[in-house]
Amino acid sequence: MALIFDIKRFAINDGPGIRTTLFMKGCPLRCVWCHNPEGFDEKPVKMYTKKKCIGCQTCVEVCPQKNLVLTTEGIKDLGHCTACGKCTNECPTLALEMAGKEWKMEDLMAEVEKERQVMEESGGGVTICGGEPLMHTDYLCEVLNELSKRGFHRTVDTTLFASPEKVKKVAERCELFLVDLKLMDSAKHRFYTQVGNEQILSNIRLLSEIGHPFWIRIPFIAGVNADEENLTASAEFLSTLPTKPQMVNLLVYHDVGIGKHARLGTTYNPDNIKMEAPSEEMQQKALDIMQAHGLNTKIGG
Amino acid sequence: MTMTIAMRQPHSKMNYALQHPENEGGMNDRVKRLHQQSIDTPTTLTIERALIETAFYKENYDKMPNCILRAKNFYEICKKKTIYIGADELIVGERGPVPKAVPTFPELTCHSVEDLHTLDTRELQPYHISQEDIDTYAREVIPYWEGRTQRERIFSHVSKEWEEAYHAGVFTEFMEQRAGGHTAMDGKMYRRGLLDCKALIAKTLAELDFINDPEATDKQQELQAMDISCDAAILFAERHAELAEKMAAEESDPQRKEELLKIADVCRWVPAHAPRDMQEAIQMYWFVHLGTVTELNGWDCMNPGHIDQHLFPFYQKGLADGTMTREKAKELLSCFWIKFNNQPAPPKVGITALESGTYNDFTNINIGGIDREGKNAVNELSYIILEIQEELHELQPGLSIHVSKVTPDEFVMAGAKVIRQGHGYPSVFNPDTYTKELVRQGKTQEDANEGGCSGCIEVGAFGKEAYILTGYLNTPKILEITLNNGIDPMTGKRLGLETGDPRTFTSYEQLYEAYHKQMLYFVNMKLAVNNYIERMFSLYAPATFLSLFIDDCITRGRDYYSGGARYNTTYIQCTGLGTITDCLATLKKHVFEDKKFTMDELLKAVASNWGRDENCQLSTVNSQPEKMRQFIMNRTPFFGNDDDYADSIAVKVYDDLVKAIEGHPNTRGGKTQLNMLSTTCHNYFGSVCGASVNGRLAHFAISDGTSPAHGADTNGPTAVIKSLGKLDQTKSGGTLLNVRFVPSLLKRDEDLKKLVSLIRAYFSMGGHHIQFNIVDTQTLLDAQQQPDDYKDLLVRVAGYSDYFNDMTEQLQNEIIARTENDEF
Repeated sequence: MALIFDIKRFAINDGPGIRTTLFMKGCPLRCVWCHNPEGFDEKPVKMYTKKKCIGCQTCVEVCPQKNLVLTTEGIKDLGHCTACGKCTNECPTLALEMAGKEWKMEDLMAEVEKERQVMEESGGGVTICGGEPLMHTDYLCEVLNELSKRGFHRTVDTTLFASPEKVKKVAERCELFLVDLKLMDSAKHRFYTQVGNEQILSNIRLLSEIGHPFWIRIPFIAGVNADEENLTASAEFLSTLPTKPQMVNLLVYHDVGIGKHARLGTTYNPDNIKMEAPSEEMQQKALDIMQAHGLNTKIGG
Repeated sequence: MTMTIAMRQPHSKMNYALQHPENEGGMNDRVKRLHQQSIDTPTTLTIERALIETAFYKENYDKMPNCILRAKNFYEICKKKTIYIGADELIVGERGPVPKAVPTFPELTCHSVEDLHTLDTRELQPYHISQEDIDTYAREVIPYWEGRTQRERIFSHVSKEWEEAYHAGVFTEFMEQRAGGHTAMDGKMYRRGLLDCKALIAKTLAELDFINDPEATDKQQELQAMDISCDAAILFAERHAELAEKMAAEESDPQRKEELLKIADVCRWVPAHAPRDMQEAIQMYWFVHLGTVTELNGWDCMNPGHIDQHLFPFYQKGLADGTMTREKAKELLSCFWIKFNNQPAPPKVGITALESGTYNDFTNINIGGIDREGKNAVNELSYIILEIQEELHELQPGLSIHVSKVTPDEFVMAGAKVIRQGHGYPSVFNPDTYTKELVRQGKTQEDANEGGCSGCIEVGAFGKEAYILTGYLNTPKILEITLNNGIDPMTGKRLGLETGDPRTFTSYEQLYEAYHKQMLYFVNMKLAVNNYIERMFSLYAPATFLSLFIDDCITRGRDYYSGGARYNTTYIQCTGLGTITDCLATLKKHVFEDKKFTMDELLKAVASNWGRDENCQLSTVNSQPEKMRQFIMNRTPFFGNDDDYADSIAVKVYDDLVKAIEGHPNTRGGKTQLNMLSTTCHNYFGSVCGASVNGRLAHFAISDGTSPAHGADTNGPTAVIKSLGKLDQTKSGGTLLNVRFVPSLLKRDEDLKKLVSLIRAYFSMGGHHIQFNIVDTQTLLDAQQQPDDYKDLLVRVAGYSDYFNDMTEQLQNEIIARTENDEF
């Protein structure tokens, strides 16, 4: 069973219609731009939002490890956290929160059922993302089976960094994939995400060969992949697949990950790699390149 | 009305014409000039009506029955008031001698010299008046009315208990200075002129049975008064015709001359006869509107109702015979729209000014929806009206789109595009629910189908009902009084019953029972006075002109205020459902179930305004009350999150209000009913309450309408509509839901489709009304300062959306900068 670190209702950027998005914990990639770094680890992780903290020291009092102290910089973790959850259960302001919780299937379904009318009205459904949901294929398939039984539209938002067997298993159980395509050059891909792209590209091809619907999402970052060479290579790859993606979304870079890393006590982009939002001209150029290859493309999710 | 009505200058990049090439030019030059004049003209007070009326009363009071007196008084005003026809105008007539001049109604409330000075000089919503006019008023008007106004009749009657509860802000009283209103029209004036009304009056008079009907004499007098009112309005129109002819004779521009002659023609024909073309139809309504708001100053003004349905046959006929084009229809409607903006609401005084200080007189025009047979009623005029609303976006009139299951998506999308502009309208109503409300109250299905919503959200059988709002009930205040064993902690006075010291309560049920007793006590206190006030209006202020247009006043021979209408409803509007639910959930969970805090600890913290000093600042760091407050605000199931724990409390509070209020006979042969709106009263009601146990600080606003309390909903708009959907909304005369959106969430057409889905989903759950408050940068700046009040604020970042509160300050600043650019 995987942990779920967030359930977002009224998700309007994660596939068709109005959706509920489930975030599964654990990811084999470490993209420098990641804006959900609390999803990296499979285990629960404590997050601290300094601006919510009123300095009441409830957490300091309740921590059995004596692991927390109040400093001028807010609450400091001395490094012995066992993620027991005592502090996050008591913090009055939710400055301390635990990301990652086990959900019983029936509770999870009850949460999803809450949006049934809205999903039916809007042509929406459920999106499972992460982290990387294919890291927990068995659990993912269980959830998808249950959703399927209940008639919900199912989308899986994934890197496809998994074995083809797993991809096939999941493909049998969902209606749509949202697949990240970060970089066509594998060495660069490894540099920015810590894994190569061979398996990802071959899995995209696999989906395409079996004719499974998928959308491609490109995190669109000047300094990383927003250049003509990568865009052209991406467009060529996608347009020569047996079936093209139904849509290509260019997700303009934003450094929203800074805030999340601060809450985790980690550092965003520690090596100071230059990353920026592409210029308007570059965005237009990217659209032109994609459209010239017959790809249905738009800026944004 | 809680909607934010922003008067914004048109934004060049969102100019309608750029988006809609087929509508190139938007407003034409005439409309632009009239619009600018309406915006630029300051609001003034006119004493003309008061002078005519006072002179007439001095001469005639006590010499004739009151209904005849009122009709003759109306005739006198129609005969003597200054007539105005402005340059460029196609639709004519003003309530005052010039646009935006507002008359006073001393027979209801006579403003003092001090009131007039305050109105003239106050910073917000001033009503300018010259010293000379104030002196005249002091000499000619004020002395006569002393002891004769409705307001004095009411306040001299009420009990000490009522008066203390009123001054403490437990409830308000609508009719202490305005007449009972909520008057929306159906289509009959377009088929029946005033001469036809006179014929019907004559027939009814001829059939009166003076032997077997003990009310025959009363009916005779009322019918004679109605007849005089017909003559008054015909005379008023005739005077416009004369002026138009005179102006035409002096006009050198041949086109304007022709327009003036047409105006004269129109005013000679309507309202005496049923209109023949679109201009006459609009002018017909406008004369009826002016008559109604001149005769009395009813709340929520006067309302044409489903104007797109009423005018469509004239539009079609004009297109068919070549006398009308789309452009011409749009111009006429635009001129008509500007007329509404020229009539600011009559100025209020005292507590009523605190709870409703606005120029908006709440004409809420209904478009779309269903027809009498329940079929889709959207037509070309519905779309034209949306264009006009988008182009003019004036304070008045308000506009609502009506979205039934049979309403096409195309129309809802067109409405959503106007919503996106962020002017606060159109609001959105659900005929599938509100017709059920009307039928439940006893209307026929057809009369319900012809109904709609007026004022803010109040449902009514248009043209057939007198549905009178009597004032707001402050439910969080009642809980505050309960928690203090009947004492109001703000004044120290005993206002309620002694229901016990809550510290001695051993169960939540015991606490709820105490609240319930107090609620019944105050509801009954208000109902008793409502009945008295209704009689005062029936006796002293019959509306003999308005009665001509409301079925079945003529055939019954009874006034609008005396049970002449086919349906007669008296509403009490309850406010603060979100706040009281959250308070009860807090007490239930933390005091009675989890025993996290004792009742004593909680009440002490609340009494200390959560440890704040008089400037609402925390007096110490690491304050214990603040820690409690944060714990409660973050760890209590609150209303608006689709959480049954809180929502079931809301349902119980709501159902008990229905049971307490519904079904008492009023004095007009109808019944009392519950309504759920707050207009801007939630601010006033909050100002009279101390801190509350849900974490709300003293004097801050309570929740508006049936919306969740500010910042209480943290699961997005779909969770909000789910919570609201658990109330059986058909039991009320309307609910009100405000949802905040930032412009970036509605930027693309696919986003608007999701908005439409949200509306449809809410309506499929039985929602009555929803409106969208498109936030501006100021709201975001406020949210940075007061994050607790804005936990619901969802913004789009890049390819995703997130809560504003969850962002770093740097990112928030960027969102603020971008919202500035995104504003439509």
